[in-house]
Amino acid sequence: MKITVKLFATLRNYGENICEMEVSDDATPLSVMHMMRIPPQEVSIVMINGKRVNEQTPLKQADTVALFPPVGGG
Amino acid sequence: MRYARNGIFTEQEMVRLKHARVCIVGCGGLGGYILEMMTRVGVGHLRVIDGDCFSPSNLNRQILSREDNMGQAKVHAAKERVQEINKEVEIDCIADYLDEQNAETMLEGYDLVMDALDSIASRYVLQKTCEALEIPLVHGAIAGWYGQVAVIFPGDRLLDLVYKSPFDGVQPPGIETKLGNPSFSPATIASIQVSEGLKVLLQRGTVLRKKLLYIDLLDNEFHIINL
Repeated sequence: MKITVKLFATLRNYGENICEMEVSDDATPLSVMHMMRIPPQEVSIVMINGKRVNEQTPLKQADTVALFPPVGGG
Repeated sequence: MRYARNGIFTEQEMVRLKHARVCIVGCGGLGGYILEMMTRVGVGHLRVIDGDCFSPSNLNRQILSREDNMGQAKVHAAKERVQEINKEVEIDCIADYLDEQNAETMLEGYDLVMDALDSIASRYVLQKTCEALEIPLVHGAIAGWYGQVAVIFPGDRLLDLVYKSPFDGVQPPGIETKLGNPSFSPATIASIQVSEGLKVLLQRGTVLRKKLLYIDLLDNEFHIINL
């Protein structure tokens, strides 16, 4: 199935800001991170279609996954 | 005449600000700017908490640091600055770090808490304590070109949705550990925190409750994430 992945901030070092990907039917945001060689510890917020989700949430055809890294300085 | 340009606030609101008690936890990049703005706008009672002293690596961004106050406790510089700007403001400083043991004592009696901390783990302590004391918390954090702001009311536990839980007792670090922080991101995020904090105190406008404003100054992107 085809999905869209949006990367934010430093995660853009791992790919385009927005890209379309072909993934398996059992794909999750976590498996997408593995495919893109993004270390899961560098991702703090995962969203599917604008809603925050767990990184092991199953993806569906045409979903948009957004990944944000943790910001913690002051 | 001091507040003649505070035209966005009514006289009644200025009185409310004068009587408001705001605690700023952390007195570095974010905390210095928050203190400056809260003092100038006329918040009457401020407390700053930080156990650190200034070092040369603070000079690139921390507004209270100067070449001639290296080694000085940050909260003492904060007190001097407030007294230079606005003698009507009562400033109280605690030269210690907030932790599980002392947090309630330090925050008790305040109307609003401003998160200007520099570690994710200590923010969890702050959120937990603010919830126990029923104090709204204005969260802010920075990393390089990036920053975020949210308003956390007791019970919201928004940080649980923003950061990953500690793994084997270790909190995954933020990207600031690689990127550092330049001069402009603390000022940007602190400004929005102060604006949000004043709205909470005055119960005006729309605040970032159950939302996270995520700012990317490199690509000029401003995202509000619903949480």
